[in-house]
Amino acid sequence: MSQQYPALLIIVPLLSALLISITGWINKRLCFPIAVAALAVSAYSCIGLLLRVVDEGVIVYRLGGWDPPMGIAYYVDHLNALVLVVVSVVALINLIGSKKSIELEMPGKTAPFYALYVLQVTGLLGVVVTGDAFNLYVLLEITALSGYAMLAMGDDRAPLSTLNYLYIGTIGACFYLLGVGYLYIVTGSLNMVDIANILPPLYESKAVLAAFIICLVGVWLKMAFFPLHAWLPNAYTHAPSAASSLIAPLVTKVMIYVMIRLILTVFTPEFTFNILAISEPIVWLAVVAIFMGAILALAERNLKKMLTYIIVAEVGYMVGGAWLGNRLGMTGAILHIVNDALMTLCAFMVVSNVAYKLKGYAFDDLKGLFRKMPFTMGAFVVAALSMIGVPPTCGFFSKWYLISGAIQSGQYAFMVALLFSSLVNVVLFFRVIEICFYEPFSDHHGHGHDHHAEPMAEAPVSMLVPLYVVAGGLILVGIYTSDIVNYVIEFAIPKSIL
Amino acid sequence: METITSIKPLLAVLVSLLVTPLLVSSRTPNVREAWTFVAAIAKFLIVLSMLPTILKGTEIVYTVAEFLPGAAIKFRVDSFGMLFALVSSSLWIITTVYSIGYMRGLKEHSQTRYFCFFAIALSATIGVAFSANLLTLYLFYEILSLATYPLVCHHQDHEARSSGRKYLLYIVGTSIGLALPAMLISYNLAGTLEFGNQGFLAGTASKPLIGLLLFMFIFGFAKAAIMPFHSWLPAAMVAPTPVSALLHAVAVVKVGVFSVVRVLTGVFGTDLLLSFDLGSIILVVCSFTILVGSLIALSQDGLKRMLAFSTIAQLSYIVLGIGLLSPKGLTGGMLHIAMHAFGKITLFFCAGAIFVATGKKNISEMIGIGRRMPITMGAFFIGALSITGLPPCGGFWSKWYLLLGSLEANQMAIVVVLLLSSFLNACYFMPIVYKAFFCKPEDSLFENKVREAPVCCVVPLVITAVISIVFLFYPEPFLELATMTVSRIMGVQI
Amino acid sequence: MGDLLQIIVAKYNYWIYITLMMIGLYAMIGKNNLVKKIVGMSIFQTAIILFYVSIGVKKGATIPILEHGHGEHGHSAAALIVHAVDYVNPLPHVLMLTAIVVGVATLGVALALAIKVHNRFNTLEEDEILAQIREK
Repeated sequence: MSQQYPALLIIVPLLSALLISITGWINKRLCFPIAVAALAVSAYSCIGLLLRVVDEGVIVYRLGGWDPPMGIAYYVDHLNALVLVVVSVVALINLIGSKKSIELEMPGKTAPFYALYVLQVTGLLGVVVTGDAFNLYVLLEITALSGYAMLAMGDDRAPLSTLNYLYIGTIGACFYLLGVGYLYIVTGSLNMVDIANILPPLYESKAVLAAFIICLVGVWLKMAFFPLHAWLPNAYTHAPSAASSLIAPLVTKVMIYVMIRLILTVFTPEFTFNILAISEPIVWLAVVAIFMGAILALAERNLKKMLTYIIVAEVGYMVGGAWLGNRLGMTGAILHIVNDALMTLCAFMVVSNVAYKLKGYAFDDLKGLFRKMPFTMGAFVVAALSMIGVPPTCGFFSKWYLISGAIQSGQYAFMVALLFSSLVNVVLFFRVIEICFYEPFSDHHGHGHDHHAEPMAEAPVSMLVPLYVVAGGLILVGIYTSDIVNYVIEFAIPKSIL
Repeated sequence: METITSIKPLLAVLVSLLVTPLLVSSRTPNVREAWTFVAAIAKFLIVLSMLPTILKGTEIVYTVAEFLPGAAIKFRVDSFGMLFALVSSSLWIITTVYSIGYMRGLKEHSQTRYFCFFAIALSATIGVAFSANLLTLYLFYEILSLATYPLVCHHQDHEARSSGRKYLLYIVGTSIGLALPAMLISYNLAGTLEFGNQGFLAGTASKPLIGLLLFMFIFGFAKAAIMPFHSWLPAAMVAPTPVSALLHAVAVVKVGVFSVVRVLTGVFGTDLLLSFDLGSIILVVCSFTILVGSLIALSQDGLKRMLAFSTIAQLSYIVLGIGLLSPKGLTGGMLHIAMHAFGKITLFFCAGAIFVATGKKNISEMIGIGRRMPITMGAFFIGALSITGLPPCGGFWSKWYLLLGSLEANQMAIVVVLLLSSFLNACYFMPIVYKAFFCKPEDSLFENKVREAPVCCVVPLVITAVISIVFLFYPEPFLELATMTVSRIMGVQI
Repeated sequence: MGDLLQIIVAKYNYWIYITLMMIGLYAMIGKNNLVKKIVGMSIFQTAIILFYVSIGVKKGATIPILEHGHGEHGHSAAALIVHAVDYVNPLPHVLMLTAIVVGVATLGVALALAIKVHNRFNTLEEDEILAQIREK
């Protein structure tokens, strides 16, 4: 059984997506349990895989028994096992937590939504697990298409902003495909490991350079790396809560994973860091991304949109960290994939709780929220602390690695950018907390009494429990950072990176 | 140095954290306050139970999680940490009594929130005291900053809001903007963050870089309120008085000073500071803060604001003592943590008691108040004497040691600063006491017979005033803890 | 000049796909009408499909179908050897089957979204839609 984990984690959700859409015609109430069961199986397989990888090392799984490079092989090493666990667990928790919100926001469309949701997760898991460059493109598009459909189910402006996302997303995927085409021309292979083996004598070739740059730009488009970020804020803001709390934590992070996979496995660090020598400009670009993300977030007066700009800044963290070209920076980037997925999930789940109870999530709607939804806001504070980078939440530790990496490679601008972004996050989150904490002002100046306040109107328990699982996770992951780094990330980075 | 491993430090930190769910779920205020008491006393007892071990010269360590080599979440109880933990945990019990009297006396809202965050703040304070390395210290330092925010902004009005902003801006801004990068740079230089007797930075960097780090650390821990990063403290006085008393005279500001002292001794090391001649920079900065703080205090009319500026000046005494880099100076500085705490908390308690009983906040309105509240004003007098550094109060000891230390270090200018500052202290305290007792009341409120604040408010301030006097005759164990620390750091017997 | 001409002629398939791609990209960026942008997107995708198909081509090669399968016995061993040079590379073509499917799906979703936008705003001109949003 455990031999088949790599296949199970894709096939089960894929088939259940079909099953859900069929079941939707018969009995809508069955869709949710099926979706949960499918994702639970995926999550179970992913965790099993991670444990096995930690135990035994890299696992190669040949789909249908065909040997690479002819057939498609799934390579599961420490890097993607970790990301697999993140993707499947985040998707599962979010699905459980957003049942009520899905029913409220999309009555009558729940069955297709669940099907798309599971399909999206299938795509994401596939992107992470596959060892084939072309296969990755197909799964990328599966992810993207199901994502477009889910995002477009949001408010009035959702279809337009999704359409804009679709244009950019398609360009991004096409660029990636083009890059793979060039790689295929020079190597004759699509298997990532195979390509890596064939490439070394060709490092000086212009075609390889072109392939790398084109792939990189494609991936950047998809991860909303500044200045290619314009599609992200609107697309995520107008989406349904459940969709944005799935897509916001995962899609950008999986694209970061793809970038790191390209750097580490396909093109090898020797090529990317030593021969290309474009690390420094890219880190500078990341610095600009962080600054711009932070500044644009400051200008927002809407909680959800503010969070989307923070994602833009966080993408800058990870791109910069990965391109520092040293072990600490790479560790920070990989660790931040995990941490940022959890942090973003926590923040967006809070938004979906707020949206469940209130009319909207513009700052003006949030007044007095601490009294109204104390538990939701408690989790929000934890998420905020993690994004600011206060120990012992996990955000602090990845920032630690990133800044250490910046110091080690002498990229002080990157360090300043990270600190700047932390400070801006303090302003951003405490501005929200302030609004929720103070208003409406009580009648008795300075000495308000309880009976003036609005009654408590907390989100249902089924939304709160998953939220608190995530909030607790932020702290637990922070405390066990050393285990994640020592047992997993340490092995995910090739020895050649010092 | 002998060490033993024990979970006690962790327990001491956690006990008040674990009680918060009980506080939230308590049905009546009495149950809630009972739990606070249980936590406060338990915390004090746990701390106290470690005292004999520490006095024997043994250290207690406990590692929670190793994060990086040399940067774990780890506790180490040594004599200096013990001194601070003892002060803050004992004063928490007294403040709890006072809080009950004050909060109920004024019928404040959201008392549950208030007691919860108070408990969390105390956890963080003890955490700082027992930190074994810079990472742990930073962790609890940040928790403390955030846990005190709802306390500062307790009234939830416009004034609280702007003060809260200032508070966060200064405290969190400096810790992330200065202390965090300084910590990371230190780690990259030395490969460890573990406090050592002579620091860990010696021999790793050039003088300019060490000077830069020193600057980043001293101002990065803005809770120490060293000018120019001091103005959050007067702003924070919008908080309820027990908060100002325990947190802004003892826990929070002392955490700042404690962190600075820890960094100076455990990260840089006195030898390194001596060899690079960086002590004089500290002395200049601190002398400036002492004199300017005292001068501003002279001009204040709000009693709590005046006390706040007095605190700013007194905090710099502690750092100044370290900056002298002489054994007696260090002893005086560390001792001042304890002595100032008891004196200043008495003064804040008095300010709060006056507010509860009469609603007065300004010094100009307190003429003749001694007739109505003789006990309170008597305690105020004792507190003022202790802060000024006159017998028969404990404050005398720390100032005495500071003077000796500056003579020892041949810093005659510092002697002048200390004496001048004591004079200024007397100038801003004594008129209040004089007017309270000997001037004819202008306000009809004070003409009737004696009417003190509620018992819960008066008893604590009497206790702390008495303790301040007791310290003159019995400065143990604080003096012993301070001398132990100094002899361990400097390798000399005093 | 002659060199440049030679490069263009020798690698004409690249030039064609790049030209097509740029036309598509221009439509997506420069056009105001949402459906025209979708058309541009399709051209863009098709350009890449063309590129892939063209790289499988070899001079003088035939379609990749083996004339004699493995079942035939009695021939010499040499006859069984497949000369890859004789056949065009089938793999890019196969890949493009998938890419075409993806392209069609994308097109479908895009058109569906365009219809939703039209239902909501009664126009497909982007500036008019943005004006409507701003008015609210």
